[in-house]
Parts: sequence; C-alpha cells; structure tokens
Amino acid sequence: MMMEETKQITDKDIQSLVGNLLRAGVYISMGIVILGGIIYLFDHSSEKIDYAIFDMNKVSLKTVATIFEEVITFKGAAIVQFGLLMLIFTPIARVMMAVISFFIEKDYLYVVIGLIVLTIIMVSLSGGFAH
Amino acid sequence: MSVLIFTLIVLLGAFLAGFLGSLTGLGGGVIIIPLLTLGLGVDIHYAIGASIISVIATSTGSAAAYVKEGLTNMRIGMFLEIATTVGAILGAVIAVYLNAAYVAVIFGCILIFSSMMTLKKKVDHTTLDYTSKGAKFFKLNGSYPNQGVETPYAVKNVAGGFFMMLFAGTLSGLLGIGSGALKVIAMDNIMRLPFKVSTTTSNFMMGVTAAASAVVYLHRGQIDPGIAMPVCIGVLIGATVGAKVLVKAKTDKLKIVFAVVVTILAIQMIYKGLSGGF
Repeated sequence: MMMEETKQITDKDIQSLVGNLLRAGVYISMGIVILGGIIYLFDHSSEKIDYAIFDMNKVSLKTVATIFEEVITFKGAAIVQFGLLMLIFTPIARVMMAVISFFIEKDYLYVVIGLIVLTIIMVSLSGGFAH
Repeated sequence: MSVLIFTLIVLLGAFLAGFLGSLTGLGGGVIIIPLLTLGLGVDIHYAIGASIISVIATSTGSAAAYVKEGLTNMRIGMFLEIATTVGAILGAVIAVYLNAAYVAVIFGCILIFSSMMTLKKKVDHTTLDYTSKGAKFFKLNGSYPNQGVETPYAVKNVAGGFFMMLFAGTLSGLLGIGSGALKVIAMDNIMRLPFKVSTTTSNFMMGVTAAASAVVYLHRGQIDPGIAMPVCIGVLIGATVGAKVLVKAKTDKLKIVFAVVVTILAIQMIYKGLSGGF
C-alpha cells in the first residue's frame, strides 16, 4: 500500500502517541491504586476479611458518579476504586485517540469503526447491561 | 484472616501468577482465579472482577511497548474490537444469570485448553495471497519488522476471524480472563497473520475487551477494592519481571511443568464446580 507523502500524520506517529498514552495511563492509575491501598491498609489492616459469599450490595462504589463523589473523602477504598476506574479508562482513551488520529489521517472508515467500539463501551458504562 | 494478612498473601500470589503467566504466555488471569477461589475461599464473582482488572493492567502495559515497535496492526485490532467488546459485554451479562458452578466448570475447561495450546508447536500460516475482499475493504493487510526487514503479509478469512473473536470476547467477559489463546487461534490459524503480529495485536485488543466487561462487573459490585488492589498490583509487577526474564530464559521445560500444574488446578475447579462447591 502506498503512503502519500503529503500526509502530515502517519501511522508511525499514531503508534508512538498511542504507546505513550497507554504507558502513562498504567503508571498514573497504578500510582493512585497503590496510594489508596496504603491508606486502606492503615485504616483496616486488623479487620477480618469476608469474601466467601458474593453480595451485590457489599461494594458501594459501583458507578462512575459515586466513585467521583467518594474519592474526595480520601478514604482508601474510594481512592483504590478511582485508580481502577482510571485504569479502565486507559484503553478507552486509546480508542478515542485512535479515532481522532484516523480522522486527521482522513481514514473515515476507521473513524466509524472506532466510534462503533466507543458506543458499545459507552452503552455498557451507562449501566444498561448490569441489571 | 485479617485484611493485612489477606492483602499480603494475595499480593504474593498475584505476583507469582503474573510472573508465570507472562513466562508461559498464559496470562495472569487464568492463574489468579483458581488461587483466589481454591486457595483462599474467595467467591468466584469477586475473583473474576479482580482478575479482569489485572488483565487490563498487564495487557495495557505490554501493548505500550509493542505498539511503539510497529508490531501491532492497529486496524486489525480496532476492527476486531467490535467483535470482542460485544462478546465481552454479552459474556459479563451471561455471567449474571449463570450459576457460579457452571462458570467454574467452563473456566476449568478453558484453562486446560489454554495450557495445551502453550505446548503446541506453532505452525506458520502466513500468506501473500491478497485475494480476500474483506481484508482489502477494511485495509487489514500490512507489514511488520521481522529481524530488521519490513515483511509484508496478507490477511485471509476476515468473517471467520471476526466470529471467532466474538466467541473469544464472550469467554473473556464470562470468565474474567484475557482469552489470549482463542484470540491467537482466530488470528494465526483463521486470518493467517504472522505470530508476532497476532500475539501483539491480541494483546492490544485485550485492554479494550476487558474494559468493556469490567464496567459491567463494576456496576454489579464484583470489583471489590480490597481484592482488586493487591491482585492488579501483584500481577502487573509479576508480569513485568516475567517479561524481563523471558528474554534470557529457556521456557520450554517450564511450560511443560506449568501446563501440568495448571491442568491439576483446572480439574479441581471442574470437580468443585460439579460437586456443588461454588
């Protein structure tokens, strides 16, 4: 396949950009998880664990909205959950960035494909499938 | 067991799972789930939620490196992500209605299958037959750096690969694993991609696939910070160390030993599932 030389953004640039985004996303979100984990352990280390039976209502931090509301209280569990949410967002952000890159590259077929993937995830994120 | 002890045990176990998962190519998810359920008596729903998080962490971490090297075919990845994300959500929703015992039995079967796949000698199916209309339309044919030379490859049977990916995505969502073994079958055997491209592209897709089912699990309360935290930290560190060791170590013998261990775990999962232990 021939590449037009006039194209300002090439697949190589996209690759480098996507690679950096993925790496940064993992580092930042894991940093948040570790911070939250340390606070969580300070507050709860001697409590007894209870994971033998799954209870849908045991975890209260279940939606994007509640996690954002709770994270400012600086509770360990909320910070961990916030970090995990950032981690979940990282590959999603990657798809968004790819859509923008393909748009600049004028590859509209892949803009559409990327948008389909995003739509599927967004519908899921809105909680439509969880119940 | 106290929170501190539990966290430390899970951290160590997750480290080992990530380390061995990356050495053998099985991935950390398939090891951490039996460890949590059989070893620590954690409900399989929590184990799956924590595992899917670790899948996002490890696959995103390694995808960053592969993408930069130009091995990943981003168009194939994006195109097949339609199939894997739909499948992943489907799987996560099925998991809601399916009895935990069935999930454990299916998990055991996939575990045995995946470990067998790591032992199988890989056969190169690559082709330069550019006749596939689907591959042409979706611009899937590409090239990759192979020992310093940019090597072209043609893609076959796009529809077949797409449906296999739908299945792989469903299992990933149902069981909380990356289901890399199935993704590689779809890309190596059906679509005829070179190994380096199929493994790295499969890895690239895993993050988005896992994110799609992770949000379903999050809404259901299956992602508990107390378990997901040590699991994802441990698996990620283990996988990173494993990837460094992998460059130097001969893994053939390790793979056999590991396949045996994994098979024993799998049989226990199936037995416990059938005997009503879940």
